Amino acid sequence: MQRAYQGRNRSTVIFLVLLAVFTLTVTVLSEGVGNGMISTSFVKTLGKTLCLALVAISMDLVWGYAGILSLGHFAFFGLGGYMVGMWLMYERTREIVATSLADAPIPPTAQEVSDAVANQIFGVVGSAEFPLIWAFADSLAAQLLLVVLVPGVLAGVFGWLAFRSRVAGVYLSILTQAMTLALSLYLFQNDNGLRGNNGLSGLQNIPGLADVPQALVSVWFFWGAAFALGAGYLLAVWVVSGKFGSVLRGIRDDEARVRFLGYPVETYKLVLFTGTACLAGIAGALYYPQAGIINPAELAPIASIYLAVWVAIGGRGRLYGAVIGAGLVSLVSSWFTGGQAPDVPLGFYTIKWVDWWLVVLGLSFVMVTLFAPKGIGGLFDLLERRIAPDRHGADLGPDQGALREKEASE
Amino acid sequence: MTSLLEVSGVSVSFDGFRAINNLSFHIGSAEMRAIIGPNGAGKTTFMDIVTGKTKPDEGRVIWGERSLSLLGLSEARIAREGVGRKFQKPTVFEDQSVQENLLMALRNRRGPFSVLFYKTRPDHLARVVELAEEIGLSDQLQRTSGELSHGQKQWLEIGMLLAQEPRLLLVDEPAAGMTPAEREHTTNILVEAAKTRAVVVVEHDMEFVRRLGCKVTVLHEGAVLAEGSLDHVTANKEVIDVYLGR
Repeated sequence: MQRAYQGRNRSTVIFLVLLAVFTLTVTVLSEGVGNGMISTSFVKTLGKTLCLALVAISMDLVWGYAGILSLGHFAFFGLGGYMVGMWLMYERTREIVATSLADAPIPPTAQEVSDAVANQIFGVVGSAEFPLIWAFADSLAAQLLLVVLVPGVLAGVFGWLAFRSRVAGVYLSILTQAMTLALSLYLFQNDNGLRGNNGLSGLQNIPGLADVPQALVSVWFFWGAAFALGAGYLLAVWVVSGKFGSVLRGIRDDEARVRFLGYPVETYKLVLFTGTACLAGIAGALYYPQAGIINPAELAPIASIYLAVWVAIGGRGRLYGAVIGAGLVSLVSSWFTGGQAPDVPLGFYTIKWVDWWLVVLGLSFVMVTLFAPKGIGGLFDLLERRIAPDRHGADLGPDQGALREKEASE
Repeated sequence: MTSLLEVSGVSVSFDGFRAINNLSFHIGSAEMRAIIGPNGAGKTTFMDIVTGKTKPDEGRVIWGERSLSLLGLSEARIAREGVGRKFQKPTVFEDQSVQENLLMALRNRRGPFSVLFYKTRPDHLARVVELAEEIGLSDQLQRTSGELSHGQKQWLEIGMLLAQEPRLLLVDEPAAGMTPAEREHTTNILVEAAKTRAVVVVEHDMEFVRRLGCKVTVLHEGAVLAEGSLDHVTANKEVIDVYLGR
């Protein structure tokens, strides 16, 4: 255990150092603070990638460590985004409305301002009143609390119902898919108060920071995301490295045995499911202000499946694996689908990556599952075994890995 | 002797097949008992009922001084009440070290939050080392338990059982697949354990049962056929017919 513990610590230290180096590099090269080699939109892409890595960590905790294949964790991510989006949109609209009404001959009443804001936000879905769920939208603190509470409560209720009835395995996966599908269908409706399929937009405009250029805001969010990822990683390491982690892995490998040891397995699953949902919510709350828009399509079942694919490709059951998987796959994916990858003319047919990328991703998922069940993270084991295992800090293995890791997030 | 566990009039059917038929059984708080019987006699089902895995159709399972009914309690709760179980096939957590396995089993608070904030205490580690010595795995503490031999896994599981400090140990075929020397060691561990707690051993191997030197209960078709010393039950005509004679 001692060695394993050191090993875990070592990978944590390496991870944090790399994350710091990466953050610093991006900062220095950014438009907002540095020499401008990296465009603002790419800084945003990188910042978003860090958020995806954070939600991948929460997926890895649930699936890789406790064996609960949740295919609904992206729903919690989306909910976190919606919660912070409500405040951003409300406050920003209020600012604009207040400025334009300030020129009016008669100073507007609070009610008039509120009506005007509602009209601005909900006009698109044919309404001009604030629905009940926007009750706290004027308070940043309340909405930030909801970022954690809403996913947490949903996961808590869902998990309580599912785990108590001992739903497990593929049935649980299907249930979680149903949950995220139901949620996204609900959000698609116009009369639910969250603007239906329009979603919430203009989230990149941070209230009170109208004079700050996006180049700078993007760097701030990038820092925020990097900090959250680092903190989330440490939290996850703490959770899985002690006895709690032992119990989780026990549940993954032989649930019945853990029960006969006297551990209330269902309660453990519930705590973990709820906790990781909160973590996913935080990741989402940092992601969508960088993306600028959130709509119900973000919560589609496929998003949660992607999440599982990232973790599988990166290597489940190890935290850095989740980060590598999310970083690598989502960046490569945006390269292919963003039209940057050159088409391959075959004479009789031209391969357009925008169409074919999903096939490539699907194939690589199948390949990884069949031939490298440990994912990319498993490569570090190979390296570690080839090189003498007891060289502590001076070990080459993780350094090599480090390079890969950087590739993954740059 | 007051009884620790009292099972009375228990019946359970699976799809019309009566696995346990009006079974009654009781055991004192520091007693060793061997249960023998042919395949399908209901030995494993009996353990399932006591540990809460299977709910009986009728009957009572009463536990301890407070006469607590174990029916309707969850497996985890029953385990916390002090019923420990060892499975036929050794089930240890293979990708974790011997030490982690033992630490997990060690009697302690089981709630998720107390486990989350649990810090390995020196006295707990000392207890783990002591247990490892008892089961002959002292020098294997840091090894991944998946690498252990079959016999060592059996012992590790027995060690985990002892670490739980149960008041009743249910042990399913502990000697299966062991060498004679390993069997002897296992016998010693069990006999030692039975000095302070109740131990129920399900076993096929008569030689092993003889070495335990305890009262024997013969199960047949889900009910008790005979009970008494090994010599007593092996002299029983019915027992010879259904079990030994074959």
